[in-house]
Amino acid sequence: MSILEVRDLKKNFGETQVLKGISFSLDKGKVLSVIGSSGSGKTTLLRCINGLETATSGVIEVNGSKVFDSSVTDKKELKALKGNQQNIGLVFQQFNLFPQYTALGNVTLAMKLAAKKRPDYKKNKKAILEDIDKTAKAYLDKVGLSDKLGNYPCELSGGQQQRVSIARALAMNPQILFFDEPTSALDPELTGEILKTIRQLADEKMTMVIVTHEMNFAKDVSDQIIFMDNGIIAEAGTPEEVLINPKNPRTQAFLRTYEK
Amino acid sequence: MFWTVTASLLEGFGVTLKLFGLTLLFSLPLGLIISFGSMSKFKPLKWLTKTVVWIIRGTPLMLQLIIVYYGPGLLGVWASETAVQNSFTAWLAGFTVMDRFTAALVAFVINYACYFSEIYRGGIESISKGQYEACQVLGMSRSQAFFHVVLLQVIKRIIAPMSNEIMTLVKDTSLARIIAVYEIIWSGEAFIKTDGLLWPLFYTGAFYLVCCGLLTVLFNKLEKKLSYFSV
Repeated sequence: MSILEVRDLKKNFGETQVLKGISFSLDKGKVLSVIGSSGSGKTTLLRCINGLETATSGVIEVNGSKVFDSSVTDKKELKALKGNQQNIGLVFQQFNLFPQYTALGNVTLAMKLAAKKRPDYKKNKKAILEDIDKTAKAYLDKVGLSDKLGNYPCELSGGQQQRVSIARALAMNPQILFFDEPTSALDPELTGEILKTIRQLADEKMTMVIVTHEMNFAKDVSDQIIFMDNGIIAEAGTPEEVLINPKNPRTQAFLRTYEK
Repeated sequence: MFWTVTASLLEGFGVTLKLFGLTLLFSLPLGLIISFGSMSKFKPLKWLTKTVVWIIRGTPLMLQLIIVYYGPGLLGVWASETAVQNSFTAWLAGFTVMDRFTAALVAFVINYACYFSEIYRGGIESISKGQYEACQVLGMSRSQAFFHVVLLQVIKRIIAPMSNEIMTLVKDTSLARIIAVYEIIWSGEAFIKTDGLLWPLFYTGAFYLVCCGLLTVLFNKLEKKLSYFSV
C-alpha cells in the first residue's frame, strides 16, 4: 500500500523551475533514497513535501490524505491540509536543535506545548508531563543517548546532536521520516553512528525518504532509488537497477564521479 | 554640609532612578512591538514604523523632551482659538500640558523603544531560519516558536548592545532637567544658586558611576547565567 504519493510536482523560484514535474510513490515500510548532484532539486523536493516550501503545482498525499494540492485555494481546506503534514517528520542537515534545551528538552518541547491544548491538561498535568518525559527518554534510548539526557547541544558531538534530532523527529510519531543529507555536516568518522541509527529504523520498518550522498549506504539500506537531474527524475528503480546497472547516461556520469 | 548635600542629591537620584526604571519597564516591551512592525511583511506598516524610528533616532532627545512637554499645550491653545470648530478641534482643545515627570517619561519611553527595536531586530534576524523550520515540522505555531525557542537565543545575543544602551539611559535621564524635572542634576545645580557651591554638581557623577557599576555587575551575571548554551 502506498503511503506517500507525489503527482506532477512543480516548483518555481521566480523564473527558474527547480522541479519540473516529479511523480513517484512509496510503499509503507520502505526506504527511498534520493540522489543527484547539487542543484538537481532533491532538497527542494523534500522541502516541498514537508511544507517548508510551497510547491507551484501538483498533489502530495500521505497515507491517503492530501497534504498539498495546488488546486485548493480555500483557506479552511488549506489549514486542514497543513494539519495532515504532521504525519511527516524531518531530520535536517544542520540538526537545528534548540540550543537552550537539553537533549531531553529538545525531544519533549513540542509534545509539551501540544499537550497544553488537551482538555484534561490542567487536571492531569503531572501525569501527562511524566508520560511525555517517559516517551522522550525511550526515543533517546533508542538512538543510544540515554546517558546524555541532561546535556545541552553544545556539549554533544555532531553525531550525538544529529541522533538527538532523530529522536526528536521520531517522538512526533510520524508516518514517514525524511532525512535531508543527515551526514553532510558531520566529520567522516561520525557518519557511521547516524547511518547505523537509520539502518536500525529501516529494520523496524519505518518508512523513510533519505536525500543522501552516501552511495554505498543508499545501496545498502534502500528499497528504492530516485536519481534526480535538473529538476526531473532521470532514473528510478531498485538499488541494483539505478546504482549498479544504470541505463541513463546522466546517472552513469553521476555515479562515475563517486568511483574516483 | 556634605551630609545635607548627599541627602538632597539622594532625593534627586530617587527621581532619576524612577525615571530610569519606568522607562525600561515600558520601552523594553514597546521596543519589541516596534521591531515586529519594522520586520512586518505588510509594507505600509513596515514603512510607517521605519519612518517613526528614523525621526526619533534622527532628532535630539532633548528636543523631543521639549516637544512632548510643550507640544500638547500649544496644540490645545491653537485648537481652542482656531476659526475652524469641529469635533476634532474640540478634541484637540482638550490637550493640556502634562505633568513634567510624565512628559519626560513619555519622551524617554518613545526614544528608547526605537533604539531597542533596532537591537531586537538585529538579534531576531540573526537567528537561523532552521530554528523556525524545526519548530514548524514539529507542529509548533509561529508564536510558540518565537517565545519558546527563539526569544531566549535573541536575549543572549543582544545582552552586550542592550547593556550599552541601558547604561546610556542612566545618564540620559539628566536631560530631563531641560523641562525642570527635579532629578539629581537639578538637585546638584540648586546648590550653586542657594549656597554658591559647585562641588555638589560634580559629586552627582559619583551616583551615576555607582549605578552603572551595579548594572555592569548585573549584566555580567546575566551573561554568565546564559552561558550554559551557545548560539
